[in-house]
Amino acid sequence: MSDVQYAEPDNLAGVFDALERYGEEARLLAGGTGLVNLMKQRLVQPGALIGLRRIEALRGVSRQDGALRLGAMATHREVETSEVVRAAAPLLAETYRQVATVRIRNVATVGGGLAHADPSQDPPVALVVLRARVVLTSKDGTREIPIEEFFTDYYETAIAPDEVLTQVLVPPQPAQAGAVYLKFLPRTADDYATVAVAALVELAADGETCRDARIALGAVGSTVLQATAAAAALRGQRPTPEALREAAEQVRALVDPVDDYRGSAAYKRDMAVVFTRRALEQALARARDGAR
Amino acid sequence: MATKHHVVTRVNGEEVEFLCEARHSLLEALRETLGLTGTKEGCLDGNCGACTVTLDGRLMDSCLVLAVEAHGREIQTIEGVASPQGLHPVQQAFLEEAALQCGICTPGFIVSAKALLEREPNPTEERIRWWLAGNLCRCTGYDKIVRAVVDAAARMAEVKG
Ligand SMILES: Cc1cc2nc3c(=O)[nH]c(=O)nc-3n(C[C@H](O)[C@H](O)[C@H](O)COP(=O)(O)OP(=O)(O)OC[C@H]3O[C@@H](n4cnc5c(N)ncnc54)[C@H](O)[C@@H]3O)c2cc1C
Ligand code: FES
Ligand code: FES
Repeated sequence: MSDVQYAEPDNLAGVFDALERYGEEARLLAGGTGLVNLMKQRLVQPGALIGLRRIEALRGVSRQDGALRLGAMATHREVETSEVVRAAAPLLAETYRQVATVRIRNVATVGGGLAHADPSQDPPVALVVLRARVVLTSKDGTREIPIEEFFTDYYETAIAPDEVLTQVLVPPQPAQAGAVYLKFLPRTADDYATVAVAALVELAADGETCRDARIALGAVGSTVLQATAAAAALRGQRPTPEALREAAEQVRALVDPVDDYRGSAAYKRDMAVVFTRRALEQALARARDGAR
Repeated sequence: MATKHHVVTRVNGEEVEFLCEARHSLLEALRETLGLTGTKEGCLDGNCGACTVTLDGRLMDSCLVLAVEAHGREIQTIEGVASPQGLHPVQQAFLEEAALQCGICTPGFIVSAKALLEREPNPTEERIRWWLAGNLCRCTGYDKIVRAVVDAAARMAEVKG
């Protein structure tokens, strides 16, 4: 790694100043688990690092106007273990728990994880299904965008150079819904997903009809993918085993995996269908249990 | 000349000061500046756990944390695990169960296992395997390591009475 400046402002105004001062040379440093690796491989060579760890306003997990607020600097481990998260969106606790190792989760942050934007990461898949919104703040103001518009390509996001991801807002899981995150790990427990699927199934008041279904997939495209056709096939229908099977089959045409040491593209495509079906079955079972 | 940062931190209970550049990892500062070579260098990218330490009580890979970020914080390394009275029960169990061969992974396993047992004194074998999943060992095949941690939990329970 080459020489690099380091600043650690203690409020957001200081971060905006530093971003302005260093311009394109600057990179925000959250947990560093993504950035430090990229710097070692010389894939990024920032002239200045702006550490976010002292900024109180970016920390913590809380309820805010009915939504769940994940501060950008909340760690993966905090989300995994937070009672507030477990009560409002158990799917998120379940998903963050499956990221890498406890050593990474203790350090990696919510904001850094999203800004990293590797399509094999776990949290984006669940956050899409939960219809999370990402809050981006610059010196000039704040904007809120739906998470599915946040990811634009491999390692690319909608964050502008003068913006900081400050928080993520997650609506609570609907009461009549069940949700699940399945991470297919044929190699080791701490690997990236070979295929990842999150599914949410919400039942209508009759307890029989599928009121809403949401499905997202990770590791099978350049960003997290929403399986809208598969979800639409279930809405308003009775979620029979056959209906779930047919809906899952729809993701075959959606996914675009690559051959790598986690499997061939053809294998991942097959597994995307299998894991979507399983995710739907398990989400439905949870919806019926009322266990969420 | 690259800018040097003055870092004041506590390592294994003692106040320590050092100078580092922003690009230096905590692992480099520990091993090369402070001479604490018990913490090992393996993959350097967060996969193997050889460089495991705790920072403010939380396990992490010192190869991925920058040394400047240690300012004002509390670091525990393998050098702080034993006490003047003798080895820590996890260390004693590793020795007696022969849970190491070349030993390069051992400091990371011991720091990780100790952190687990401090939180959960009586973990199941499955839980131990899950917790240690990201610590890699190329020699032992893991069984002896897991057995040593089970054994250490029993020793620690006994001491507590
Ligand atoms: C060994 C290893 C295994 C992994 N396995 C998994 C896995 O199984 N599943 C998974 O999901 N992920 C995995 N990851 C990826 C990991 O989740 C990311 O590295 C991590 O989430 C990044 O968060 P961070 O806080 O460390 O970010 P940093 O590394 O600090 O930053 C990452 C990027 O985000 C930018 N950034 C940081 N904070 C902000 C902000 N608030 N606003 C705007 N930009 C910001 C930085 O400038 C940088 O470009 C793994 C990583 C490693 C090293
Ligand atoms: S050297 Fe840090 S995890 Fe391998
Ligand atoms: S004893 Fe050699 S790597 Fe574990």
